[in-house]
Amino acid sequence: MASASAPAPAPAPAPAFEYAPAPESRSVVDIAPSYGLFIDGEFTDAADGKVFKTISPSTEEVLSEVARAGAEDVDRAVKAARRAFEKWSALPGSERAKYLFRIARIIQERSRELAVLETLDNGKPIKETRDADLPLVAAHFFYYAGWADKLDHAGYGANPRPLGVAGQVIPWNFPLLMLAWKIAPALATGNTVVLKPAETTPLSALFFADICRQAGLPKGVVNIIPGYGEAGAALVEHPDVNKVAFTGSTAVGKAIARQVAGTHKKVTLELGGKGANIVFDDAPIDQAVEGIVTGIFFNQGQVCCAGSRLLVQESIQDELLESLKRRLSTLRLGDPLDKNTDIGAINSAEQLARITALADTGEAEGAERWSAPCDLPSSGYWFAPTLFTGVTQAHTVARDEIFGPVLSVLSFRTPDEAVAKANNTQYGLSAGIWTEKGSRILAVANKLRAGVIWANTFNKFDPTSPFGGYKESGYGREGGRHGLEAYLDV
Amino acid sequence: MSDRLTVLKTYKLYVGGKFPRSESGRVYEVTDSKDKWLANAPLSSRKDARDAVVAARKAFGAWSGATAYNRGQVLYRVAEMLEGRKSQFVHEVTHAEGLSKSKAADVVEAAIDRWVWYAGWTDKIAQIVGGANPVAGPFFNLSTPEPTGVVTVVAPQESSFLGLVSVIAPVIATGNTAVVIASEKSPLPALSLGEVLATSDLPGGVVNILTGRTREIAVPLASHQDVNAIDLTGADADLARDLEIAAADNLKRVLRPQPVDGTAADWSADPGTHRLTAFLEMKTVWHPTGTLGASGSAY
Repeated sequence: MASASAPAPAPAPAPAFEYAPAPESRSVVDIAPSYGLFIDGEFTDAADGKVFKTISPSTEEVLSEVARAGAEDVDRAVKAARRAFEKWSALPGSERAKYLFRIARIIQERSRELAVLETLDNGKPIKETRDADLPLVAAHFFYYAGWADKLDHAGYGANPRPLGVAGQVIPWNFPLLMLAWKIAPALATGNTVVLKPAETTPLSALFFADICRQAGLPKGVVNIIPGYGEAGAALVEHPDVNKVAFTGSTAVGKAIARQVAGTHKKVTLELGGKGANIVFDDAPIDQAVEGIVTGIFFNQGQVCCAGSRLLVQESIQDELLESLKRRLSTLRLGDPLDKNTDIGAINSAEQLARITALADTGEAEGAERWSAPCDLPSSGYWFAPTLFTGVTQAHTVARDEIFGPVLSVLSFRTPDEAVAKANNTQYGLSAGIWTEKGSRILAVANKLRAGVIWANTFNKFDPTSPFGGYKESGYGREGGRHGLEAYLDV
Repeated sequence: MSDRLTVLKTYKLYVGGKFPRSESGRVYEVTDSKDKWLANAPLSSRKDARDAVVAARKAFGAWSGATAYNRGQVLYRVAEMLEGRKSQFVHEVTHAEGLSKSKAADVVEAAIDRWVWYAGWTDKIAQIVGGANPVAGPFFNLSTPEPTGVVTVVAPQESSFLGLVSVIAPVIATGNTAVVIASEKSPLPALSLGEVLATSDLPGGVVNILTGRTREIAVPLASHQDVNAIDLTGADADLARDLEIAAADNLKRVLRPQPVDGTAADWSADPGTHRLTAFLEMKTVWHPTGTLGASGSAY
């Protein structure tokens, strides 16, 4: 229905050969027709009986009907988390560790099921859920499990204490991974949680509730309340929440910062980005092209740390763009469950409309638009990999986060100019540097105002490595030893 | 109980992932705390010790090169496997140490949890003891711990299982490989642990377990030129001194018995990190951060 038409794609080289469909089986996952809120260890209806439908963005098929949390449900969930807090935080760290290790192992066991589920509900390719999301989810729980009995060694003083009840609001782009980033460190440090998944991707969080059951986690330690923005706002505002963790848009992040003003709530915000991927003239072109593709087309570009601005040194611009376009023409867009698919569906009609509008603005402002030639499926939400050339720093597509498969190409002549352009943004989450020269990598990295810098690689994640942004990309870090601080009273 | 005659186990060494007898063909009698015969254990020779070093060295490259996450999962797998064989170890510890069944169960459970403790350390120790150094110059400077290599472990004599686990796990958690000399008097839990390690995804040769006369095995290992470190925990004062002198020949890293007089340590206490750091080397890398301008513009 709402597929965006790619305007006048350049004539493409014919694909080298056709692929037969290679769909991952849907039968490994059993989605119930309806789900409740998970509060105090039980699935329950919303107090006002409201529900919403979650659909598969690649087909618009309704997957399930999910209870929609309101303010009263938020209160119930926070009360359950508060009741559970006393015992949970008093457990020896070694016992909390073993619960988290159990969860990590059960996620590993059920990872194929969860990967298929995530692909259905989110629209991202099975290749990514299977090889990136799920392994990282399990690893995150495994890593923080080990911290639970080692907090004295974490550098925050002896016997650091948890904060209490954590209210956590997560986005739809990596539903289960964002859940892991939020819940694993919170539980390891002895907090209890109320988590609100995004309204377009509630299912993997509800399956996680079942994993908590299998792991024997005490009731109330984890509460999952699917819902819309109003539930998130009620959670953030709840007077008995001690810690707010949010991943999402910068606009909502700022609203949360205002909401918690005057309270003692500890806050971490992981917000938008407009990452610069800087390619110097001595970079190996083929590797750089792969890195650029990974940087902006991984997860359809719906990644806060995406390398959405390509800064290429002028002397190699033509050669690089030619290689990049050739590579983009080989990306396979389509059925996310197909194991050969590189580009899946956009997560929602709303997001597709936003991407489409920003791309149209780019064209209207005079940037040159090129889209990879590919057929878009007739149902579902799709956007062809797109790049803009002739982009200046004043263009909207160089300034605003598009959160889609759209790359803006700018050029530079000197390293100084590259740094100045890379830093010319309200955001400061990620950046990439491509050069064979180690000292240049480090010199440039020193000058970049961004929280994660990838050199000769991009979009690498690991539970041991802290992640988070400078400037309006938010505050606080998730992951690694540093990620513990957000959940400790230090 | 029926009158059925039980099948007795032939206890064998654990070397290079296999279960050989001693090359010497010797065994010695192992008795319980009331001097009742339990089994015959291999009486390892100097040659067995050398073979174990070869196996440990061979395993070092892959094990130290495995990701810390991978090593953590393997150590956790050991805990999973032990949990399933808990009753066997409770039985063996009861006989070996003369403990009541419930006391022995406490000991075995603590040993399982100790594997979990060290499983969690594999990917965290570098974050505790390593880090960036703010040198006064335009340099990136990063210190990272690395395993020292092949470690000889003289396991505690009294605590045949919890003590044993407490000295093996920290050595291999960081990527070292180990040649372990089990408690001379109570070697059976150690030999059974080898059977658990063999089914826990631990690559062969990472842990090698020898039984016999502690001095006979430890002396050649302390002077072995391809051994990088030695943990003297199970050596008495005289032996510890002799071994430390021999170890000086190639400057092995030495972890002395704590305390030095050999009094029984409290293995149920918080283990801390000193057994991890004792067998680490610190590597520091310098790299210029350079200037930005291609023509020497100092940014």
